[in-house]
Amino acid sequence: MNGTLQQDLNQETFVLNLGPQHPATHGVLRVKLVMDGEYIVEAEPVLGYIHRMHEKMGENRTWAQFLPNCGRMDYLSALSYNHGYVAAVERAAGIEVPERAEYLRVITVELNRISSHLLWFGAFVLDLGGFTPLLYAFDDREMILDLLESVTGSRLTYCYFRFGGVYNDIDDAFIAGTREFIKRQRKRMPMYDALVTKNIILIKRLKDIGPISKDMARRYGATGPVARGSGINFDVRKHEPYSVYSEFDFDVPVYEEGDSMARYMVRMDEIEQSMRIIEQALDKLPEGEIQPKKAVKLVKPEKGDYYHAVEAARGSFGVRLVSDGTNSAYRLKLRSPTYSNLSLFGEAARGMLLPDALALMGSLDLVIPEIDR
Amino acid sequence: MLLAKIKKELDSLYADLREAAESPPAAEPESAPAGGEETEAVPEAAAAEEPEAAAESEEAPAEEPAPIGPQETDYRAKGYHLDAALPPEKVVAAAEILSRHGFFIEAVTGVDWMDEGQMEVVYDFNHFDELCRVVIRSRLERDKPEVPTISHIYQGANWHERETHDFFGIKFIGHPDLSPLLLPEDADFHPLRKDFTP
Repeated sequence: MNGTLQQDLNQETFVLNLGPQHPATHGVLRVKLVMDGEYIVEAEPVLGYIHRMHEKMGENRTWAQFLPNCGRMDYLSALSYNHGYVAAVERAAGIEVPERAEYLRVITVELNRISSHLLWFGAFVLDLGGFTPLLYAFDDREMILDLLESVTGSRLTYCYFRFGGVYNDIDDAFIAGTREFIKRQRKRMPMYDALVTKNIILIKRLKDIGPISKDMARRYGATGPVARGSGINFDVRKHEPYSVYSEFDFDVPVYEEGDSMARYMVRMDEIEQSMRIIEQALDKLPEGEIQPKKAVKLVKPEKGDYYHAVEAARGSFGVRLVSDGTNSAYRLKLRSPTYSNLSLFGEAARGMLLPDALALMGSLDLVIPEIDR
Repeated sequence: MLLAKIKKELDSLYADLREAAESPPAAEPESAPAGGEETEAVPEAAAAEEPEAAAESEEAPAEEPAPIGPQETDYRAKGYHLDAALPPEKVVAAAEILSRHGFFIEAVTGVDWMDEGQMEVVYDFNHFDELCRVVIRSRLERDKPEVPTISHIYQGANWHERETHDFFGIKFIGHPDLSPLLLPEDADFHPLRKDFTP
């Protein structure tokens, strides 16, 4: 690190370790900061504290045995990861999915996205010093966790999707509960708007803080709310419609400013859009099977490589499979969105005040197990 | 639209490879290229490309030589639109072309083809405005896997290349810092190599 530092002789800098145990990093991320007083000269994230090598695990177990791993990367939007993996394998092996199963996937993934954004909202405001919103957000999120628990069997590390469908059908109680949740959440959002979004302290902490330009997002491959907060209209659900997303009417919130406030606004607006998708999916929910009539027992994709991306809560999650025609992957690459989103932190945080850099880091919505995989 | 444009530009990188493939390796390098596209082909460059051409023809034994140039793929089946296999020294030029057209980088990764004695490095690109997924891939010698870095063009490639070095031991020439990123800081093993044993 010393070699890269061109220091003015009059300038005294010191190294500050942020993490690996720090409340603002939400997990074990360490950032090596070279500080000039309160200003950051250089910031270098240090990764790998909870690296588990999921990609190697993918090579030494069968396609189906890898399913539970998908819930253990991004533990806040695990269903998107389920979706990305099963969709990639389905593409490779040519497995058809019944329409009802696709609808159930969309409904549960969008619920999961809302729960992820709500947790982020609470934790982010907590990072900035506001304690109360976290309790409100967890209250809302609890309803989603109960709903998802009733259908998937777990509250966090979901393993709900199967090749060709989903493992459990939803019942009337789930549908009623989901509608009830949406009704309630629609009343809560204006309160958050008044209580938090329009709060002058929050605005001062986020406006013009941590600007990320369009070009920076492109060079680093930033996706998801980070890209959309920089004026890039890119959402895999619209850009590359997979599953049944093309059948729903929803908007992609895009903000031009590129600052932390813009990323905040994108996520808050996305909660409403996800609710719109869920409502339409519940209205249009077709009857039928939730798994193919002929059960998918042996998965053996043809030789070759395949790619499938989905829009996870944090951006584009891509799965690159290389199959050698056997019942396990020859190579399984997991492209996690926050890995790319965080990689721009070093450039974006340069010259910032330390507390502002924490606002920037929070606005990236990091989930460390997903970065480290 | 974009796909056709990018295919054409990437195709220009293959001009000398085609010449090398068309002139039989044993014959003198002066044999006239059939297309007559490039008249100023330097004999040295042609000679340097020959091993690559030989390697490629080995891959597809006898039946039909592997087509040279970027290949359009069936998007619905594969998940990407364009697949360009290039020798390692042309990866940077390809990245420059993609960057000029506003592509963003999805990921860089590797595949260990142990039985063939090769490593493959794979770059995934995508575009924010128009759906166009481009895959650049390059085969490297497994004993000496080296490829120039593209981290000066796509800063995001920095971490992806570091990760690929962690997992496969592929060296990215010119990379600012190849120290372990996800593996422990003193790691001297490459877990995604097929002959790795913990």
